[in-house]
Amino acid sequence: MPLGLAALGELLVERAGLINIGLEGAILAGAFGALVGASTAGGIGAGFAAAALAGLVIAMLFALCVIWIRADQIIAGTALTLLSVGATGTLYRALFGSSGAALRIPTSEPVAIPGVATLPVVGAALFSQPPITYFLYLLAPALAWWLARTHAGLALRAIGERPEAAEAAGIAVDRLRVLAILSGGVLGGLAGGTLVLAQAGTFAEGMSAGRGFIAIAIVVLGRWTPYGVAAGALLFGAASALQYAFQAMGWNAPYQVFLVVPYALTLAALAGAVGRARAPAALGRALETRR
Amino acid sequence: MSAAMREAYRELAVVAAVVVAIGGAAALLLLAMGFPIAGGLTALWTGSFGSWYVFTSASLVRAVPLMLTGAAVALAFRGGVLNIGGEGQLLVGAAAAAAVALAMPSATVTVPLVIAAALLAAALGGALWASVAAYLRARYGVLEVISTIMLNFVALHLVSYLVRGPLQEPTHVYPQSATIVDALHLPRLPGAGRLHSGFVVALTVAVAAGWMLRRTAAGFRLVAAGENPAAATSAGGIDVRVTTARVFLLSGALAGLAGGVEVLGVTFALYENISPGYGYTAIAVALLARLDPWRVVATAVLFGALEAGAGAMQRDAGVPSTLVSVIEAALILAVVATQSFRSRRQRPDVGEHVQPVDA
Repeated sequence: MPLGLAALGELLVERAGLINIGLEGAILAGAFGALVGASTAGGIGAGFAAAALAGLVIAMLFALCVIWIRADQIIAGTALTLLSVGATGTLYRALFGSSGAALRIPTSEPVAIPGVATLPVVGAALFSQPPITYFLYLLAPALAWWLARTHAGLALRAIGERPEAAEAAGIAVDRLRVLAILSGGVLGGLAGGTLVLAQAGTFAEGMSAGRGFIAIAIVVLGRWTPYGVAAGALLFGAASALQYAFQAMGWNAPYQVFLVVPYALTLAALAGAVGRARAPAALGRALETRR
Repeated sequence: MSAAMREAYRELAVVAAVVVAIGGAAALLLLAMGFPIAGGLTALWTGSFGSWYVFTSASLVRAVPLMLTGAAVALAFRGGVLNIGGEGQLLVGAAAAAAVALAMPSATVTVPLVIAAALLAAALGGALWASVAAYLRARYGVLEVISTIMLNFVALHLVSYLVRGPLQEPTHVYPQSATIVDALHLPRLPGAGRLHSGFVVALTVAVAAGWMLRRTAAGFRLVAAGENPAAATSAGGIDVRVTTARVFLLSGALAGLAGGVEVLGVTFALYENISPGYGYTAIAVALLARLDPWRVVATAVLFGALEAGAGAMQRDAGVPSTLVSVIEAALILAVVATQSFRSRRQRPDVGEHVQPVDA
């Protein structure tokens, strides 16, 4: 599920014509934020709030670099991921001790939706989940509607395709792009929060383990549409679950083979998806301004 | 203002930004976390430049893999290939070198030949690992930033498997390979502590890479393809696809070589945490050197010293060594910021890079 949140966030950013490799950093910051929030303020709500805030901070730095300074997006994103790895590691060791004594925090309990949770096969898998998952279910259609039907959604798509034309039409390109980046950061932070608060119940250095990059691949796989991205995230979730199934079946293969599945799948998905899909025309390109 | 003076001012601005970034980031973080600033910074200094022994045995030893991976990243970025996969290529190179060195009993063949074979295997291993991403980019247009990072994780698990499977030491207790026999260790440099001859290899590679970029047709094609692929194709008659694929493989080979040198010169065995993120640090090393392999020599030494100093800081002052990642990130951002303020997006500065740069 964290993949879905992060990928939908990145979708917003990419439809605005930007590519935020720093998503990985936002997820990791969110995971750490969740730990701090949940263990100090107490409670899962505080954890998620802190996670969103941490993701927002990383996103603000990214916006500062690429919108205000007009730095290269890929390099800025890479630097922010590195920053997040270092900062969370440093703070974690400073606050909780370098040994990293297994710190447990309460996790979000699954809530079964009456009626559908008992459906065969998919019932338990889809409808007996922590609340954040239902938020994700609502987010995808909401985003799809917003992008397709609202004036602001149209403007977002416009700045991703022809930023110069959009600017001429009176759209504040930079302001809208900043908003997209910040929203993406919040969703990335929440994704990290989900890792800690709904899955692991603890934090480990570098625990995002490339999920930010997998999420970016999912955006490509989902062809830059909310439903496509949601489906892609589900597919990846299922594939990751498969590794446990294979292991349970007692396949005689080294366990590392299973651990590699998500990364290999990402590579395969990218190879298969690109070419058929069309990216926003201005992806990764800064708005040319006359300053 | 003359071009030379502008260049000098720019250089000065970068240096100033670097110093401010390092000092500021370190001091702020120390302060924020309630660590003694003076103690931390003292440990950082004594652990890196404090004495000749520390400088050679700690800082320069760490600078060797950074020099090689830094040159790898510099070449790739100049050629328009954003190879973030130095870490994975280094790991595969280390595994290949260890496999060759362990498979060949030193008695049967002459020692220099085995060492050369192991290092060649390392370079080939790195190039092989990069070739996956290079192929995906050339054939399917897959963004290499993502594919190389995925391959980093795959390489990590590959090494994890090797040291518990085919390459595990004979007693099958520890997750690491057997130790490579003494005869196959890279000889140490006289009077320089634990610094090994891999330093000479790295220095040679960096100098050669810089020379290639400045003075050879291949280097010219590489830079042209990276700066402006369309112009390189139409005006230069350069096959950008081939050029890009080649620089990708070359970059992978250098990163792989770094892994081989590390195994034969420092660790003498393959194990999981053989690299403390050299492949990622290399990005900071290369960017700070403004993607010039000659400057990489200096920035690699700087970062080698930082890594060594951070270790001392953790031991002596209890400051987490991950602080270095924060400093590195701050450096990258500082460099990117100062370079962007030249507003290069409005002023096409193709000539500036395509001409041999003397500075």
